[in-house]
Amino acid sequence: MFKNEMKIEFPSKSQNEAFARVVVAAFASQLDPTIEELSDVKTAVSEAVTNAIIHGYENSSGKIEIECKIEGRTLTVIVTDYGKGIEDVELAKQPLYTSRPELERSGMGFTVMETFMDSLEVESEPLKGTRVKMTKEFKSF
Amino acid sequence: MNLKFSQKKGALVVTMLGELDHHSAERVRIKIDNKIDELGVKNLILDFSGVNFMDSSGIGVVIGRFRKVSEWGGKVAIVNLASPVKKVFELGGLFKIIKEYRDIDEAVLNL
Repeated sequence: MFKNEMKIEFPSKSQNEAFARVVVAAFASQLDPTIEELSDVKTAVSEAVTNAIIHGYENSSGKIEIECKIEGRTLTVIVTDYGKGIEDVELAKQPLYTSRPELERSGMGFTVMETFMDSLEVESEPLKGTRVKMTKEFKSF
Repeated sequence: MNLKFSQKKGALVVTMLGELDHHSAERVRIKIDNKIDELGVKNLILDFSGVNFMDSSGIGVVIGRFRKVSEWGGKVAIVNLASPVKKVFELGGLFKIIKEYRDIDEAVLNL
């Protein structure tokens, strides 16, 4: 089975949201994805990185790591922050739930990740950080 | 993200060009709100023809503007949605409160 992997680390600046999703999409492109598959991955990564910036670090500075793995036709993306963590992961994953209503956020971040990828696992510990693991299998032609 | 403003039959038309994410959303909402206040328009048409990427931040931008113009009895229409943009809006249930039209002309006729 074909395998590949990569890891990047960058500071929690909102400018890096676009950087992160483009890097992951470029890595995934070796699987010859459709435009829709690539767009799904970019959107999910954008949500995870935005969560790390807004909620994990609450706009203070910190490091965000992204690890990607390809195994066969499956892409795994792990987005990790070492910020304040999520007290109640199940509540945070509810559609429309937002802990920061003043920011005009829709509360759809985790729902987008869940819908656009095949799997989503969220591990979080208050004051330690959050790890979001997503996988997606790319169809072959 | 760049914004182009124009007016059509009393509605403010905002054409967005680029990527709409959390980073660009803040400036987009401020610029649109300022323009609405400056021109005193009621109805808003958001033209997504130049938006090549959008995450759930876009839902917040649209709902926020909807709330703003609703205060004065105004309406919001969204037009020219590419399929990835539409997919995010569908997931957010946006079409239950805001109407989508094919293009600016169709939106103007229906506002």
